[in-house]
Amino acid sequence: MNLLAQLLNGLQYGLLLFLIASGLTLVFGVLGVINLAHGSLFMVGAYLAYVIAKTTGALWLALPAGLIGGIMLGAGLERFLFRHFYHREHLDQVLLTFALILLFEEGRSFLLGNDFHSVPVPALFDFSIPVAPGFSYSAYRFFVIGCCLALGAALYLWIERTRMGAIIRAAAEKPEMVDVIGIDARRVHMVVFAIGTALAVIAGALAAPLYSVYPGIGDGFLIISFVVVVIGGLGSVSGAFWSALLIGMVDTLGKAYMPAVAGLAIYVLMAAVLLVRPSGLFGQRA
Amino acid sequence: MNEQTRLLPHSRLGWLLLAALLACLVAAPHFVSIYHTELITTAMIAAMLALSLQLLVGGTGLVSLGHGAFYGLAAYVVYLISPEAAARPIWQTLPAAMLVAGLAALLVGSLSLRTKGFFFLMVTLAFGQMIFFVFHDTKLGGGTDGAYLGKPLIQAFGASLDLPRRQRPLGPYYVALIQLTLMYVGLALLMRSLFGRILEGIRANEHRMRAIGFDTYRYKLTTFVIAGMLAGASGHMWAMHRGFVNPELISWHKSAEALLMILLGGLGSLAGPIVGALAYTALGEFSQLVTERKLLVEGLVILAVVLVLPRGLTGLARRRKAAELGPDG
Amino acid sequence: MDDARGSALLETRNLCRSFGGVSATRDVSIRLAPGELHAVIGPNGAGKSTLVNLLSGELAPSSGTVHLAGEDVTRLPVHARVKHGIARSFQRTNIFKDMTALENVRLAAQAVHATPGSLFRSAWRARDLVSRAQTALARAGLEDRSAAIAGTLSHGAQRQLEIAMTLATSPKVLLLDEPLAGMGQEEGLRISALLKALSKDHAILLIEHDMDFVFKVADWMTVLVEGAVLAEGTPDAVRTNAAVRRAYLGAQR
Repeated sequence: MNLLAQLLNGLQYGLLLFLIASGLTLVFGVLGVINLAHGSLFMVGAYLAYVIAKTTGALWLALPAGLIGGIMLGAGLERFLFRHFYHREHLDQVLLTFALILLFEEGRSFLLGNDFHSVPVPALFDFSIPVAPGFSYSAYRFFVIGCCLALGAALYLWIERTRMGAIIRAAAEKPEMVDVIGIDARRVHMVVFAIGTALAVIAGALAAPLYSVYPGIGDGFLIISFVVVVIGGLGSVSGAFWSALLIGMVDTLGKAYMPAVAGLAIYVLMAAVLLVRPSGLFGQRA
Repeated sequence: MNEQTRLLPHSRLGWLLLAALLACLVAAPHFVSIYHTELITTAMIAAMLALSLQLLVGGTGLVSLGHGAFYGLAAYVVYLISPEAAARPIWQTLPAAMLVAGLAALLVGSLSLRTKGFFFLMVTLAFGQMIFFVFHDTKLGGGTDGAYLGKPLIQAFGASLDLPRRQRPLGPYYVALIQLTLMYVGLALLMRSLFGRILEGIRANEHRMRAIGFDTYRYKLTTFVIAGMLAGASGHMWAMHRGFVNPELISWHKSAEALLMILLGGLGSLAGPIVGALAYTALGEFSQLVTERKLLVEGLVILAVVLVLPRGLTGLARRRKAAELGPDG
Repeated sequence: MDDARGSALLETRNLCRSFGGVSATRDVSIRLAPGELHAVIGPNGAGKSTLVNLLSGELAPSSGTVHLAGEDVTRLPVHARVKHGIARSFQRTNIFKDMTALENVRLAAQAVHATPGSLFRSAWRARDLVSRAQTALARAGLEDRSAAIAGTLSHGAQRQLEIAMTLATSPKVLLLDEPLAGMGQEEGLRISALLKALSKDHAILLIEHDMDFVFKVADWMTVLVEGAVLAEGTPDAVRTNAAVRRAYLGAQR
């Protein structure tokens, strides 16, 4: 039964990574910007959940607050900063977003201090669901799995079934397309950035009760999301999905069964993918 | 037939300014306190790191976020091979640190250089963090807390620089200055060589370089390894100077800081990273006088540089000169 | 008929390439003889540039082979093919704009002629490479522009620089992708004289839209339509070929 628990943990972790990585890969693919501060957005969500749980006791509020707050934060960042960096060198983008990380961390430290805080699981989900004889699994983790799947499905429908989604798919394949079609590229950019931000914030809010909140929490998730994007292929949301599940499983099972070397497992996986298919396992470009 | 090399000074005045900077650094310890002597040593070590990264960024057009890992790794090598009670001679520690950093760069580079652009950034960052986690999560080098070197003395051929207390910082200071100078001269010669012209071609138009017959991957990898070894020399000097290692040295924030120094000093010259490192260190000192929130100042400065000064401090000087000389200057 | 043209220097056998199910090159077998000026023509989208990319190594074929002087070079990357003697120019001018014309050409000479041991010599002192570069520049008619920054040259001179860069690698085969693109009449005449002269000691494969020019200079022609060879032969034979007239020449008028 331990294996089943680990598989479920891996699924939950992978889906959480997908929420973060899908935003990253969309922003890369459509806007052509590398956002190192994507991990800070995750941190914002985690601390948002912590503050809401502490002040109101109603953690569920973190989800709508994360969605609305994330969209507003993303739209604001796009409008006032990122918009001016689409055509700048990678180096400028790296330093701009690195500066954002420092400012987000400093803001967090100023407002909430530098301590480690645990966030209680919401009372509604504070029980276990029997899955198999003699084995039950945390209801909250099931809730996280459900939330991620629902958001992933919404993202899929948005990209595959809407007009803006078609533009996004075209733009991810040929970035110059958006300008050529003559649609309002600015609006597309802002919406994509806002949605990517909201996904990262929500992922942080969902993760808070599982991983607690602490300074630099975004950094670790950022790096692993990069690995997810590299393996998944640039600009490919479906690639990010499968790659996130793969990484989630490898990391979780590795830590459970081979703790001594598990930290390296995902990097070895990334190295192997780079050897065989440098453009990513699930990327379209051969 | 006198071609100019892009990253080197374009006028006699430029070379004179560089010589003046060197003279200032040679003389400085005799005019400033011990504290400031040590501070300048730290700045020169940062300058070595930024200069080694400049070979990739300004020289070849490769923005790596894993460069700090080779620096930190080399510092750890010094710790790991130094016995508890004695100092190991520098002619053993320096080559060892550079060799290990170079081997790590060979491994990381051979994989990451298969990618380009954003992918290269992400992959170098991820591999850098892998090295970080090796030291962060294991007891190899004191874990998260780091470790102190038993006797961080610079020693060669049995003679150590065992100076009286008042003069003790002078040893590391001048060793760092000599290394920094050698690194600048070495890189200047490299950029002027046929090899340097290849890097310049790759930076400008890699596709065309392949089409005229260059195996660009091989040259990029060689450069990545050279830069990694030079970062190793810088990390070695850090361990010698501070006598202390911790995982923070390996973190990708180190790479980002070095990139900032490059941008602050100016992307278009080899002197830029040195000026940038000195300015950045000075800035850190001033900001401590004003506020305890170092990251806040750092973040705001980066924003200001990226938004207002995209060509850096040395870029300012060049722009003024260009304005004086007209479009052909 | 092919045997009359002597042994092939560059040869493709059943070359195919598709992009996501769409065939850009279908079963192309062509031969390029030494000293021959071989023009490949065809309407837009016929796969001419794809063919050049397959020959230069920028694209790998889906199937089929490329042979240079009898040696299979299908699997060699671009840079290795240059060392075997295949050099190309680009349809859209592709030079190092911030370097001098001489430096552009010297880099090309360096790619093939620099010995590994000389790599760390000062670039200023590499006399042998500089003189090779000057020879190539002179051959392309740019001897008096060698100190000019490439980006400031006229369009025509930049096209000549492209050719000088390919010459500096001492190629056996020149692949020229629309060398006349965007040129005025006078510049065009200069290039066509240059090509005629070059064809004496190089095998040249040429892609060009200017039909008057092509029929005037080519020794041999291949007509591509939808990625496949429709016809080949001497300019006279192609001019009178009924299928070509129907599919291509007629359609243009």
